[in-house]
Amino acid sequence: MVKEAIPPITTQASSTGQPKPGVHPSGNLAVKCIKCKELLYGRDWEKNLKVCPRCNYHFKLTAQERIDLLADPGSFMEIDADIISVDPLGFVSRSQVYATKLDDERRNSGMNEAVVAGYAAIESLPLALAVMDFRFIGGSMGSVVGEKITRIIELGIERSIPVLISSASGGARMQEGFYSLMQMAKTSAALAKLGEARIPFFSLLTDPTTGGVTASFAMLGDITFAEPGALICFTGPRVIEQFMHIKLPEGTVNSEFALQHGMIDAIVHRRDLRQTLARLLRLYAPGEGR
Amino acid sequence: MAYDLEFEKPLADLEKRIHTLQRRSEHLKPDEQTQLKKIEQDLLHRTGEIYKNLTAWQTVQVARHEDRPYAADYIRLMCDDFFELHGDRSFGVDHAIMAGPAKLDGQTVITVCHQKGRGMKEKQFHNFGLPHPEGYRKAARVMQQAEKFGLPIICLIDTSGASPALPDEERGQAEAIASNLYLMSRLRVPIIAAVIGEGGSGGALAISLADRILMLEYSIYTVASPEAAASILWRDNSFAPQAAEAMRISARELMALDLIDEVVPEPLGGAHQDHSLAAGNLKVTLLKHLAELKQYPVDELLEQRYQKFRAIGKFGRAS
Repeated sequence: MVKEAIPPITTQASSTGQPKPGVHPSGNLAVKCIKCKELLYGRDWEKNLKVCPRCNYHFKLTAQERIDLLADPGSFMEIDADIISVDPLGFVSRSQVYATKLDDERRNSGMNEAVVAGYAAIESLPLALAVMDFRFIGGSMGSVVGEKITRIIELGIERSIPVLISSASGGARMQEGFYSLMQMAKTSAALAKLGEARIPFFSLLTDPTTGGVTASFAMLGDITFAEPGALICFTGPRVIEQFMHIKLPEGTVNSEFALQHGMIDAIVHRRDLRQTLARLLRLYAPGEGR
Repeated sequence: MAYDLEFEKPLADLEKRIHTLQRRSEHLKPDEQTQLKKIEQDLLHRTGEIYKNLTAWQTVQVARHEDRPYAADYIRLMCDDFFELHGDRSFGVDHAIMAGPAKLDGQTVITVCHQKGRGMKEKQFHNFGLPHPEGYRKAARVMQQAEKFGLPIICLIDTSGASPALPDEERGQAEAIASNLYLMSRLRVPIIAAVIGEGGSGGALAISLADRILMLEYSIYTVASPEAAASILWRDNSFAPQAAEAMRISARELMALDLIDEVVPEPLGGAHQDHSLAAGNLKVTLLKHLAELKQYPVDELLEQRYQKFRAIGKFGRAS
């Protein structure tokens, strides 16, 4: 485990009395920790940014919660909100039609797709931000996720502003076949263009970041960091177990594993994320280099 | 010829009858000789018919056929010289990826291929064509060399996927694949990728971000292996044939969706029936695309490559 030598987040609440960055109350009275099974008071849990105070388990956040946590209040301006997935292959599995599944997911999640993207500012420093949401078909990457990620990178190039992508994904969306696979190529190619323009890309890995997302933009950060205890891998633990005929101890391939093996730069506690990003935005600010 | 796949049973039966007759060739009665000719023609006809209408799952079986030419076979049959380069200069050597310079029709090209190996010993040596991170990093090293010397890159794709073991995670399988995509998108030399057998997910893509994507007629390109897709979406990997069908993985279907550049025809009954002919077809197609790509100024080539992948994706607008 890494100890981050950063003090807890101290938000400079704007004078207008806007909400502070953080997780806003949902009215949940009590929540059980998925990992240690501790019963937590809803308000304490939310105040603690949905991190279990006992075992430090970082609950998954929705895209909106993560934006509220990271961005200056009121700074986020969503783009491409209305792009939606279609069913390019007419995919049917177990008598489930992908087109119908998409309709259901949209209705149940209240989201159009597994990523929300737009302009944002962190401590008044502008950036292009995309946040994935695991609730929408496991955060899987199909045409729309690939397109929105690519557009946010291109926005970074156009406006010369840093790009931050917060990943949470089970990998490629199989229902879109080849189209999904090629989103890995598309997003990585866009990042190569961003790199040529000498604009920094910050990659934040959250639980879980796996498969085709890890093997494309998520692992291409100039600075790559993760929340503690997040599942981070190319191949999921169950597949590794089947392939090697072994049993993996719980949490074998996670943030700590990735750090230990030199795959990421840092593990950052949720309460320190915003300030860490602000520091990085200043350290890599345009004009610092030549 | 040998017909050993399940759906080839009618062909195998015809072949057996031909062999029986041929064994007595000197003692055949005139009507038996006519019969032999007729069965031989019938075999060709039926082979054509069956192969014209392969299901997705049958195509998978052909793409994975043991006797199908592997990258090393194509290199040997297409190229005049090949010098294999080893090692990623950082961790180790990986025989699932074979790379190095070769002469193709008199010009030096850099080849980067998956190699599966035939027979148990070879397969183990090549890790069944499942590359480790060091294989992808060797590919990166060799492709950067291609750029340095202005040599075009030919990639032959044939893997069921990147190696999914714990040591591969330790050495950064995801990072190795991602870095290759990043690198290949900006390499200032022409790149052609040809899927010769299995194009298995990220492990295949990692050396196939190219100006042209070709597929042999009975090769496949999948986002996940049909077995993996079946076990996730059908919760039962015995539904692999259904998954194969649903994902549209054959060369013909991907061509129809305008997602690849050309389908390279295979010999009657598949590439495994005639390695030389299969290699001949591939060589002609590679040379044609190579000549075309060489005409573009490098910056235009790169912009076209970017736009090629930029354009892939289907979506709509919420009403």
